[in-house]
Amino acid sequence: MKTIETIQEEIVEEFSLFEDWMQRYEYMIDLGKSLPLINKQYKTDTYIIKGCQSKVWVHAELKEDQLNFTADSEAIITKGIIAILIRVFSNQHPKDILTANTDFIDRIGLKEHLSPTRANGLVSMIKQIKMYAVAFQAQLN
Amino acid sequence: MFDVKKIRKDFPILSRSVNGQPLVYLDNAATSQTPKQVVEVISDYYYRYNANIHRGVHKLSQEATDAYEKARTTIQTHFNAAHPHEIIFTSGTTESINVIAAGYASILKKEDELLISALEHHSNIVPWQMLCEKTGATLKVIPMTKLGTLDMEAFDNLLNPKTKLVFVNHVSNALGTINPIKEIIDKSHQKGAKVLIDGAQASPHIKTDVRALNTDYYVTSAHKLCGPTGVGMLYGKETLLKELPPYQGGGEMIASVTFEKTTYADLPHKFEAGTPNISGGIAFGAALDYMNKIDFEAIASYERELLIYATDALKKIDGLRIYGEALEKTAVISFNVGTIHPYDIGSILDQMGIAVRTGHHCAQPIMDFYNIPGTVRASFSFYNTFEEIDILDKGIRKAILMLQ
Repeated sequence: MKTIETIQEEIVEEFSLFEDWMQRYEYMIDLGKSLPLINKQYKTDTYIIKGCQSKVWVHAELKEDQLNFTADSEAIITKGIIAILIRVFSNQHPKDILTANTDFIDRIGLKEHLSPTRANGLVSMIKQIKMYAVAFQAQLN
Repeated sequence: MFDVKKIRKDFPILSRSVNGQPLVYLDNAATSQTPKQVVEVISDYYYRYNANIHRGVHKLSQEATDAYEKARTTIQTHFNAAHPHEIIFTSGTTESINVIAAGYASILKKEDELLISALEHHSNIVPWQMLCEKTGATLKVIPMTKLGTLDMEAFDNLLNPKTKLVFVNHVSNALGTINPIKEIIDKSHQKGAKVLIDGAQASPHIKTDVRALNTDYYVTSAHKLCGPTGVGMLYGKETLLKELPPYQGGGEMIASVTFEKTTYADLPHKFEAGTPNISGGIAFGAALDYMNKIDFEAIASYERELLIYATDALKKIDGLRIYGEALEKTAVISFNVGTIHPYDIGSILDQMGIAVRTGHHCAQPIMDFYNIPGTVRASFSFYNTFEEIDILDKGIRKAILMLQ
């Protein structure tokens, strides 16, 4: 299993290969399209992340001692962003998620290329993922 | 002679680039850009005669007071109000509405009814809901039609002698529909109701004569019409404003203060507590001067051409649906393409330097009516060009290719 840090480095490298932001957007759209669908039963208000302008649902499940995330959104670029986050944080130990540094987002320049509302949404998504980690870590203890 | 090339030179911001592309600014319904002539008025104030107004004995204060009051007269003349003191400076449309809502809290009774339209901006919904909670009065809603117009038959039926206040926007911010406000005002008056018209989206496009309309209140913001943010106006008929209790307590709004009793100042100062946005007020006047010099008739007819050109172009795009198809509308196109989320289109357009608004445009009830999460809204101003519409057209087509 790759560590969170290794995956983050991979993403930073991938993003550096693109020549301009249009290409990065195209990449995120592709990621969004390939995001595995969340189980329908979790597309309810309980799993909505507040602070996003397009609806975003995130569900977490503990498999042995690893957290598994699934998610969906109405907007495809938002889905792409979630796909990146899921790639980083899914199938990791809650403790590692909790202590993970998230500055890779600044390093790929994602935040500055998102509209302010979307950047806020991104912060909310990370917060929610960390909240799940807190909750499941408590369960493991 | 209307010369858009010459006009664009007044707006330095229009020649900047965004994400490496020339800026195409089509978010004018959110805020308009500010011409040099207005910016210079603001800097001139701070460079030459910045002082507090109305109370000072010194020269600077006198000059600032004169400029501020001259701006009030400019606004009065523009809207054809009967008196300068019928124009109250506020921080903008939202505050103007809240001044009235707060004032009516002590006037309304439990059995009274308020009527608002389904096309309102949240700022013209929430204050009235709060007022109804406070007073026990009932809030009723004039429904809308699929075309994005008001259901006037329903309006006739809703209006009754218990109706005390009617609130309608002159132009819908989300769809651009121009509402039949003269008819609404006349019919409301027949039942004894007072009318407040939210003119925020109308005043950049239409020269409004408040006396010909016979409206009781009319509100707008300067930043929608080439002025600065943080300043706006409340027009009210003199007799009505005199009856209304003050909104905020503080300096400037008093005649005399003792610990036993304070008497309030006359209009307009009763509603202008504290030091106002002085440079903003002066610049508001300058913005109206600037637009009047170009001429509102010329602006309206040019924007009409832009709207027709853009509507024709966008309608040819496969799967594109325009929301708001009233015959009478301002240069606003609210749309979606297939099931693509408006946010996605807006983000791609932004990468191409095209600024549009996406989302519910602070008018969630309208979005609920159409059962959509929001729209992409392109809103045009007199400084936009046909070439920019071509860029928008191409941009949308490219976004669709990427997103589908």
